[in-house]
Amino acid sequence: MLTMPPRPNRPVYLDNQATTPLDPRVWQAMVPFFTEHFGNPHSAEHAMGRFAEDAVEQARAHVAALIGAEAREIVLTSGATEANNLAIKGAARFAAAQGSPRRRIVTVATEHKCVLEAVADLAAEGFEPVVLPVGPDGLLDPAVLEQALETPTLLVSVMAVNNEIGVIHDLAAIGRLTRAHGALFHCDAAQGVGKISLNMSELQIDLMSISGHKLYGPKGVGALYVRRRPRARIAPLFSGGGQERGLRSGTLAPPLVVGLGEACRIAAAEMALDAGRIAGQRDRFLDALNRDVPGIVVNADRVRRIPGNLNITFPAASAAALMAELPELCVSTGSACSSAEVEPSYVLRAIGLSDSAAARTLRVGLGRFTSPADVDYAATALAAAHAVVAARA
Amino acid sequence: MIYLDANATEPLRPEAREAVVAALDLVGNPSSVHAAGRAARRVLEDSREAVARRFGAAPADLVFTGGGTEANALAIHALGRGRRVLVGATEHDAVLRADPAAAVVPVDGDGLLALDTLAAMLADGPPALVCVMAANNETGAIQPLPAIAELCRRYGALLHVDAVQAAGRIALDAGVLGADTLALSSHKLGGPKGAGALLLRPGLHLSPLIAGGGQERGRRGGTEPLPAIAGFAAAARAAGEATHLASLRDAAERAAVAAGAVVIGAGAPRLPQTTCLALPGVRADTQVIALDLAGIAVSAGAACSSGKVARSRVIEAMGLGDLAGCAIRVSLPWSVTGADIAAFADAYAAMAARLLRRAA
Repeated sequence: MLTMPPRPNRPVYLDNQATTPLDPRVWQAMVPFFTEHFGNPHSAEHAMGRFAEDAVEQARAHVAALIGAEAREIVLTSGATEANNLAIKGAARFAAAQGSPRRRIVTVATEHKCVLEAVADLAAEGFEPVVLPVGPDGLLDPAVLEQALETPTLLVSVMAVNNEIGVIHDLAAIGRLTRAHGALFHCDAAQGVGKISLNMSELQIDLMSISGHKLYGPKGVGALYVRRRPRARIAPLFSGGGQERGLRSGTLAPPLVVGLGEACRIAAAEMALDAGRIAGQRDRFLDALNRDVPGIVVNADRVRRIPGNLNITFPAASAAALMAELPELCVSTGSACSSAEVEPSYVLRAIGLSDSAAARTLRVGLGRFTSPADVDYAATALAAAHAVVAARA
Repeated sequence: MIYLDANATEPLRPEAREAVVAALDLVGNPSSVHAAGRAARRVLEDSREAVARRFGAAPADLVFTGGGTEANALAIHALGRGRRVLVGATEHDAVLRADPAAAVVPVDGDGLLALDTLAAMLADGPPALVCVMAANNETGAIQPLPAIAELCRRYGALLHVDAVQAAGRIALDAGVLGADTLALSSHKLGGPKGAGALLLRPGLHLSPLIAGGGQERGRRGGTEPLPAIAGFAAAARAAGEATHLASLRDAAERAAVAAGAVVIGAGAPRLPQTTCLALPGVRADTQVIALDLAGIAVSAGAACSSGKVARSRVIEAMGLGDLAGCAIRVSLPWSVTGADIAAFADAYAAMAARLLRRAA
């Protein structure tokens, strides 16, 4: 008989694709920029401004180093959503203003909502959005992309790592195809940077979005990588003081930027260690769950995925009922943005899950600070809750 | 270092620091439905309530943004669609450059909008969007917003107010003003950088500038920067008005005038903590560097893409072209002390004596 484990003394957080906890080392690096070093980094005329500017540039270098880029290829933004909008709308508008006849913008059905909406918005400006399907493994088949590229294409936007099902797209192949067809390649890497190796000197990515709060940094900051050679050209989303080489106006927030930089510095050093430890926790969790809840299904590709994500369909209980039974366990039914919605996840639909299966599916996100005790609690509690809900039905 | 460059950025208020620290300990994404997400959502909505109420709006009519520039851009892109855009000549670049096709409304010698010209421009042509700042970042000049709002009503124009420099320094109430939209910045009122807000006339719907995710009721996509927003709200609660700084500002101004300075925009109602001081014949960057070496941080104008210390576009628009290259901005932060101003007065007098002698 499965019994509910004792309640933990704080919620067990297994929703690391929605947001990650701030690494305490990142916090330490940020603190002085909230207090004594509060200068405006664009006030280059006085010492306090220059100190903040130096810190921003140091952080920019850390971001660049993590992805094998140059510091001047990093445009700092308020987050990955802004970076995605800037990349997609900026690339399309710049090319159109230069007289490019290309109108096709290719993306994938399982992209984050902000990518899909940015691409869809461009239809009103005369561009041609094309949304490609994925297989049951959640991956884009390069042959499908190649076919779409037969029509001259302006931009291809494919994410590095999916936020719901954790799969890693074949960025090398997508980059090669895209470049060969003369299109730009934008990659939403919010879930990938700091989790998997993404080296701009190896991958043919022209524009890549980065999020602070998905790699143990603060919310409110992100970046867009903009390749210099060959040069990717984009128009700004909005103008103003001309910061970030005119591509993103507005005062930079040094504490947040320093936090992003420190998070990237730590990720560069510890990414591989994190991945190994998290994979161990994941296996421990999955072994226990498989033992106690026969019939669970892990969705999407089992190999080409980050270790910190599991997307699991339960045999006999809805995700909503499981979550209601377990107020101390923080997991989710899908992307955080739309997690208040009752609609089944469009990502799960795209990989072929029925609405009934999608309703029985939970996203479990492990991270740097997930402990063995956390996963033990989660597995035992989920199994017990599943038995309770199934018996009720 | 004595910091007198508050209009570039205010030092963080202790209340804001506390709120930022507390919010950084919250793990959740405010859009998540689990306990951690709901705790974050509560802080987000409490913050929305605090900022909205502080500046005379309902919480549902506040959109959080990444900062003041984005708030201005959001308003102008959304409201300017299908309308003529009219901007004041001394607006911040965030407003001036938001619409490349915008027509410029001139200002008088004190930097105040020429109301007769504005009326003529509004009368002559299709419906307009008027964009005007509540107070100028370089001179502190406070625009006659009630009169401008009245003109906009009369001619069926929409009104966007850039209140980034005015908020927390003078009385400001979006409801009373009757503006359609009003932009705010956290770090100009002693909150952290990385958050801003746009207040909307009740019921006004806006199309987003940054799409996706459905946050902020579809008006601004992206996970909300919770710590920055919590700090913003705490600063908004803590920032009264800066009226009490007027006497210190006046003391600084008297000392500078005695040393040979001319006060720009002195005839206009001004922010109580801002003064723009021209030293005829002495380049602004020389003054700023001299004061920097004396341990006093001031600026030669907007802090934006600085490095370039150029002639002040604001002062040129006021018709004072010969002074545009030799004015510095002194803006007192909430944390300023009498001793700071005494030190400034000494440093300014010494600098002016040396540089005026050289210029002569």
